[in-house]
Amino acid sequence: MVGSSSRVPVAKTYKIYIDGKFPRTESGRYFPLENSDGNVIANMCWGSRKDFRNSVVAARKAFPGWSSASAYLRGQIMYRIAEMLEGRSDQFVAELVLQGQSKRRAKKEVEATIDRLIYYAGWSDKYQQIFSAVNPVSSSHFNFSVLEATGVVSILAPNDSSLLGLVSNVIPAIVGGNTCVVLASEKMPLCAVSFAEVLHASDVPGGVVNILTGYREELVGQFASHMDVNAVVFCDGDAEVARDIQEQAADNIKRVIARVDADWAKEKSQNPYLIKETQETKTTWHPIGS
Amino acid sequence: MSLAAVKATGRMPDLSHVPLVDEVGVKERAARFQTRSIKKASKIEALHMVLSMIDLTTLEGQDTPGKVKQLCQKAIHLHDALPGLPHVAAICVYPTMVGVAKKALGNNDINVASVATAFPSGMAPRQIKLEETRIAVDDGADEIDMVISRGAFLQGEYGFVFDEIAAIKEACGDAHLKVILETGELGTLDRVRRASVLAMHAGADFIKTSTGKIQPAATLPVTLVMLQAIRDYFYETGRMVGMKPAGGISSSKLAIHYLVMLRETLGNAWMTPEWYRFGASSLANDVLMQLQKQATGVYQSADYFSKD
Amino acid sequence: MSSDPSKLAFHDGWQYAPAPESTDHVSIDEQYELFIGGEFSKPEEERYFDTINPATEERLSSVALAGSADVDRAVKAARKAYSGAWSKMKAAERGKYIFRIARILQERAREFSVLESLDGGKPIRESRDIDIPLAAAHFFYYAGWADKLEYAFPGRTPKSLGVAGQVIPWNFPLLMASWKIAPALACGNTVVLKPAETTPLTALRLAEVIREADLPPGVVNIITGAGETGAAIVNHDDVDKVAFTGSTDVGRIIQRSLAGTGKKYTLELGGKAANIIFADAAIDQAVEGIVNGIFFNQGHVCCAGSRLLVQESVAEEVIAKLKDRMETLIVGDPLDKNTDIGAINSAEQLDTIRSYLSIGREEGAEMYQSSCKVPETGYWCRPTIFTGVSQSHRIVQEEIFGPVLAIQTFRTLEEGLTKANNTPYGLSGGVWTDKGAKIFKMTQSIRAGVVWANTFNKFDPTSPFGGYKESGVGREGGLHGLDAYVTLES
Repeated sequence: MVGSSSRVPVAKTYKIYIDGKFPRTESGRYFPLENSDGNVIANMCWGSRKDFRNSVVAARKAFPGWSSASAYLRGQIMYRIAEMLEGRSDQFVAELVLQGQSKRRAKKEVEATIDRLIYYAGWSDKYQQIFSAVNPVSSSHFNFSVLEATGVVSILAPNDSSLLGLVSNVIPAIVGGNTCVVLASEKMPLCAVSFAEVLHASDVPGGVVNILTGYREELVGQFASHMDVNAVVFCDGDAEVARDIQEQAADNIKRVIARVDADWAKEKSQNPYLIKETQETKTTWHPIGS
Repeated sequence: MSLAAVKATGRMPDLSHVPLVDEVGVKERAARFQTRSIKKASKIEALHMVLSMIDLTTLEGQDTPGKVKQLCQKAIHLHDALPGLPHVAAICVYPTMVGVAKKALGNNDINVASVATAFPSGMAPRQIKLEETRIAVDDGADEIDMVISRGAFLQGEYGFVFDEIAAIKEACGDAHLKVILETGELGTLDRVRRASVLAMHAGADFIKTSTGKIQPAATLPVTLVMLQAIRDYFYETGRMVGMKPAGGISSSKLAIHYLVMLRETLGNAWMTPEWYRFGASSLANDVLMQLQKQATGVYQSADYFSKD
Repeated sequence: MSSDPSKLAFHDGWQYAPAPESTDHVSIDEQYELFIGGEFSKPEEERYFDTINPATEERLSSVALAGSADVDRAVKAARKAYSGAWSKMKAAERGKYIFRIARILQERAREFSVLESLDGGKPIRESRDIDIPLAAAHFFYYAGWADKLEYAFPGRTPKSLGVAGQVIPWNFPLLMASWKIAPALACGNTVVLKPAETTPLTALRLAEVIREADLPPGVVNIITGAGETGAAIVNHDDVDKVAFTGSTDVGRIIQRSLAGTGKKYTLELGGKAANIIFADAAIDQAVEGIVNGIFFNQGHVCCAGSRLLVQESVAEEVIAKLKDRMETLIVGDPLDKNTDIGAINSAEQLDTIRSYLSIGREEGAEMYQSSCKVPETGYWCRPTIFTGVSQSHRIVQEEIFGPVLAIQTFRTLEEGLTKANNTPYGLSGGVWTDKGAKIFKMTQSIRAGVVWANTFNKFDPTSPFGGYKESGVGREGGLHGLDAYVTLES
């Protein structure tokens, strides 16, 4: 018999998240994630262009259902994500620590992430009221403008804020009915995959959020250029990176959302204008008569 | 003027298939006709056409043979100072005045139209309406302007309304039947359209907007809806039905815009007194003043045109 | 004469005599200069180009061609005005200047209407009843925003951006100028605007109005030229914001060229809108909506209803009624008050339209045109419809920008919707049905920025306009149109 103290722990396999499933990268490639001591923490999926393509297909497929889900339901699901994260917060703290953060800072980040989820859960059925309008046109028509989700959003999550930064960019997109494909922080990818597991357990329909790990340099062009992606969000990089993204985004007049200067820990980094950035304004006219 | 009487289709139409009408769209289209600018030769031609399409009307409780005779005189001599004028299409009077009008008009090729069927309310038993119609026809009326039973129509008693029109049509014999919908009491353009279809299928030779006793009377939007019903009926059956807007058309400019609407909705085949009439009492003089102005270049005063 | 007694006949008998709008109250200079810093000045290279009347092919005037040095002068003037008087002025005072522009435009409306129709070929009925009044209304609407901007952005403090470079198209010359200038000024920016090379005259007259309104010099600069001039504005280092209305191809080039510059931009680009007619629609008004959708402004409308999707059970009736209606459309002299369809804006555009007519026929679609007469000289295209087309036809996929309608049928709501959304564009859409629930189902499901239900091609200063997908980025008009001209501070 083996005593509990000598039990061999079961290591976690970090996979990617596409269409509500956790496959390995189709490329079969991996990259070793090391801690500051140079020890391998995990073999991460080295996500490929094809993984990205499959993710966009999944996100597009999920879009009609998710964008027409009620605001109340989306709010409840956001809240559910927070609940799940709260329940697993130790795991996320441990992962952050494993990737070099102090325990105190890690704990703070996880708590802030949970609170951010609650913040946006509350916005789900309110941002529309803030940003919509009934327009007093001169003719005999009823005219109103409402927000609708832009569509499929590709998100290059912040490199330095691997959990809070990711959630701060993903949630405003999906609370507004978009679906998304996310590239996790390259140097700290663990929480992204674990967050996918949280999403999976939180009634988020498959395909609404797809999360890849891998190398930014390899995938950024895909994120910017894919013709079935309607908006691209990026949080890092110099002017050259920004220029490349914007140039490639022009192929299908993608909305380009740059959030490079944000400090995701700050309270001002949460606001409904971030939701609005991945929304379209739709104006509807109808005659008033009999 | 020869008016070939046409048999009714005798078939009660399925009103659930009548096209729907959007009020705002109709008003926009009607307003667009009013942006047409009719000038010079086309204006003079239009004014002549308007005169030739007028049913010169007196429908007052105080009407007397003397009044009717004066109106007939006006019908024959619109404004003798202007040569080459057409005469109006008809004189429109109450049944008791048909004989007077017939005699006063002599053989001047101007029809006598008589309102009938307990005009303007239509609130009388059917036998009375039929008898009134027969008397008017017997007295020489060439045309009968009946009113539909709006109460029955609004109650949804479409069969009743249909049968009544068909019965009056039969009582008309060779006289032409104009069916007044009294659109001002129907409430919606959808009902105007349905009533138009009902009347045409029941045998109307003309459909007419109004008695002139209820406001609103004829309007461009209401008339447009009726013209569109006539067009669809024509395509469906091959039969032409005439149109008569009545009440509230007193200026030449407005009358010309009615003609613009007619031309662009039904085309030129309808642009004769055989297929289009204006029910009006004061329109003729305004047209005459306009024609005089066109002839002389000088704006006119009503004092120079006879009021009968 | 009409030979078929079963058809309606529209061409015999009574006709409308010519009713030309008088032009003697409108003077056109022999030559126009650049409006920079509140003065008209010659271009550095002293190059000029002609603007012609597309209805007669006659030259109307010579217009200065701004080179990069002129663009630089204009941007400098705008910058100076921005840093100087304009940004220091109280917002309410700024608003009063914009109100002034609106009022003067109303006073001079007829002059502008005539000029617009002369230079661009659009019927006087439209320039008089739509373009010019709407342009004035646009200035009036945004004037009132100038001192109320903080109410438009809850929780934020809006700040002006600086110098806006604006490039506009030839289809609604003055109206597009107003869409660009009015919100820019209201938000406290200064402007360098370039009208299209085929339609510069009303923008240049607007420059006179701006002078008459006594705006501080350089707040609005209007410079003329072609694509190169536009590119020089867009790419000028000291421009903070770019607003462009035009083709998706040029929009793409602009978005690329702005990459990495940090300039804010809005793009109003092409469209290929579906106008969807259900069997339970008010058919006669729907037919009118089809006509307004595709024949308004010669079809030179980015939000034109250029694809008709009609439910199979009423397709025959709708097409028959549409053909009758087309026979009553009058094509010809833009200055005639009875003209419904004026001149195609340029020889180049007419070539484009004609090439699509050939493409449509070569692809096997059936072409029908109304029988109206068109003048001998000038650029004209009869109202045209194509039947027997499917999603795979180029005339269904590509923007033609002319009075050419591609007609398809559908059976179920889902099929109609799928076809409607099967396009890279997303500017506008139309739906016709009398059933309320279906209206909302459709208006929510059409992926486009403007959806007209039981109406089409309606515009209003209070109503935001702009596209999804490749039809552009951002909105113009209404409260939402302010976003493009401010930066938000928390």
